[in-house]
Amino acid sequence: MPEPQPQPAAAATATAPPPAVTLRELTRRFGDFTAVNRVSLDVARGEIFGFLGPNGAGKSTTIRMLCGILPPSSGKGSVAGFDIATESEQIKKQIGYMSQKFSLYEDLTVEENIDFYSGIYRIPGAKKRERKEWVIEMAGLADKRGARTATLSGGWKQRLALGCAILHEPPIVFLDEPTSGVDPVSRRSFWELIYRLAGEGVTIFVTTHYLEEAECCDRLGFIFGGELIALGSPAELKRNFPGEIVALECERPFEVLKRVESLPGVRQATLFGAGLHLTVERAEAIIPLLKEALPDQEVRLERIAPSLEDLFVSFMEARSG
Amino acid sequence: MPETPAIRTEKLHKRFGELSAVEELNLEIPAGELFGLVGSDGAGKSTTLRMLTGIMDPTAGEVRVLGGDMRRADEALRSKIGYMSQRFGLYPDLTVQENLRFYADIQMIPRRGRDARIDELLEFGKLTPFRDRPAGKLSGGMKQKLGLACALVHRPRVLFLDEPTNGVDPVSRRDFWRILYGLLAEGVTVFVATAYLDEAERCGRVGLMHRGRLLACDTPRNLKRMVKGGVLELATPDPRHAVRVLSGAFPGGSVVLFGEKLHLFAADPGAAESKARSVLEAEGLEVAVRPVPPTLEDLLVSLLREQP
Repeated sequence: MPEPQPQPAAAATATAPPPAVTLRELTRRFGDFTAVNRVSLDVARGEIFGFLGPNGAGKSTTIRMLCGILPPSSGKGSVAGFDIATESEQIKKQIGYMSQKFSLYEDLTVEENIDFYSGIYRIPGAKKRERKEWVIEMAGLADKRGARTATLSGGWKQRLALGCAILHEPPIVFLDEPTSGVDPVSRRSFWELIYRLAGEGVTIFVTTHYLEEAECCDRLGFIFGGELIALGSPAELKRNFPGEIVALECERPFEVLKRVESLPGVRQATLFGAGLHLTVERAEAIIPLLKEALPDQEVRLERIAPSLEDLFVSFMEARSG
Repeated sequence: MPETPAIRTEKLHKRFGELSAVEELNLEIPAGELFGLVGSDGAGKSTTLRMLTGIMDPTAGEVRVLGGDMRRADEALRSKIGYMSQRFGLYPDLTVQENLRFYADIQMIPRRGRDARIDELLEFGKLTPFRDRPAGKLSGGMKQKLGLACALVHRPRVLFLDEPTNGVDPVSRRDFWRILYGLLAEGVTVFVATAYLDEAERCGRVGLMHRGRLLACDTPRNLKRMVKGGVLELATPDPRHAVRVLSGAFPGGSVVLFGEKLHLFAADPGAAESKARSVLEAEGLEVAVRPVPPTLEDLLVSLLREQP
């Protein structure tokens, strides 16, 4: 992995290193439709940045612009200091990209896939073997190097795909829903790899639908209808949550949901795991009222910190009206 | 006499050449239950659903839905079953309403009453404002709801759903589950395959499937009692730094961020606690530790680790 650039101490304190990724009023229109609308943000080097939003919100369009695949309609962006509109060739050498569709050759073996991508990235011969061994070790594929890729489980394929995407040691990696459909053990192992890369100074730009994964990011951006509607660390975003959350555990949450959502003071009631989350003005005031309203139920009520799902729901509700 | 189960399988097997996709599957699901089949890609969920819906014949074993043998299912039995596959066949060029009409015709719904049923389903899925929009121009969440509406057009008594919310945002997922609960209230039996463990928590009973075998099957509450080991919640001032350090010391997915806290899953929580403390103290991080109840994900992680 690339070494972080040595910075003279004085210079480091005077000027922060330039961001790995910058977006300034970045916009992409398709005909009448604005897929990405004036999005501005920075991603620092070595940061794990989570880009969240519902399907069709503009996540993939943004990533495609940043990877230099799709030119912006207006606005600016840079990746590793290169302009996304004019320097897409240079950008391609600086980034790794992996999407939910792994783009591995199913008929090739693990090693053959790695060799194939080494060729694409023009890894010099002397380095090829070292990088291959690095990928095999990182992905834990030592005893599967000769296996046909089609026979690997989703988790192995995913780690192999990540390995192939970073063979050329890019300082910035774009991951577009990399863990869709893999089991929780593999998902957790995948995140261990992400931490390892970030620890080595690699910048990670990741989209996901799993909000528990979003919790693992240093900073998050929420995009909705093409617009960036929230930006901050998970803790900052939660601190700014309007209202309080009461967790309600009960036997028949759906029945209870219908009864509590119309109570005064309950802004919103949502099924959450095996129970409900209620968004309220003040938890302290509403808890006794809830107990009173549900005399026939054995309920446990507790004020909790909002989860990212609570935030996500509240952002989307606020926007959809 | 006990009521006929809505779904029953006995020693169900499916082999594809060398591969056992489903092995020795025994299920009994009473009418009106919401049953969740949980597993990752390749666990055998879709194959199971195809056998349950009579689309694929088992290699061995028996499948009964509402008492009828699915290998010889007649139209009367098929008309009581709804199935929404992972890539449900919506016609992108047809409007929402036209898709529903098309599925109503396939199911031979009499024209009289057809449009009333369609109106009802549009209302049910909050799709009424979009009835004239081509299905290809719907968002992912709305497509899923339309797929569900199409699968429900003939009022099935048993509904099979194959990862209906995969890749759908949390708000649409939430809406989708409200619809499922509404169906349960009407007495429909719902069998849903999912990879989301938080959705599994909402089911009456859950089967955990891995490599074609059912590892466990019970209510979420009872399943969580099966966890061998314990979960520790760690509160530290810098959880994101702590998770990076700890995942090196406890590999294999033992450490996860859970909001601003960390969850550490360990077979021996006592030993894990002292190790975690020393690892974090070496980094200059203070830590407060308390045991917390395990989640279904913790159970799945613990069961998968016991697998060869």
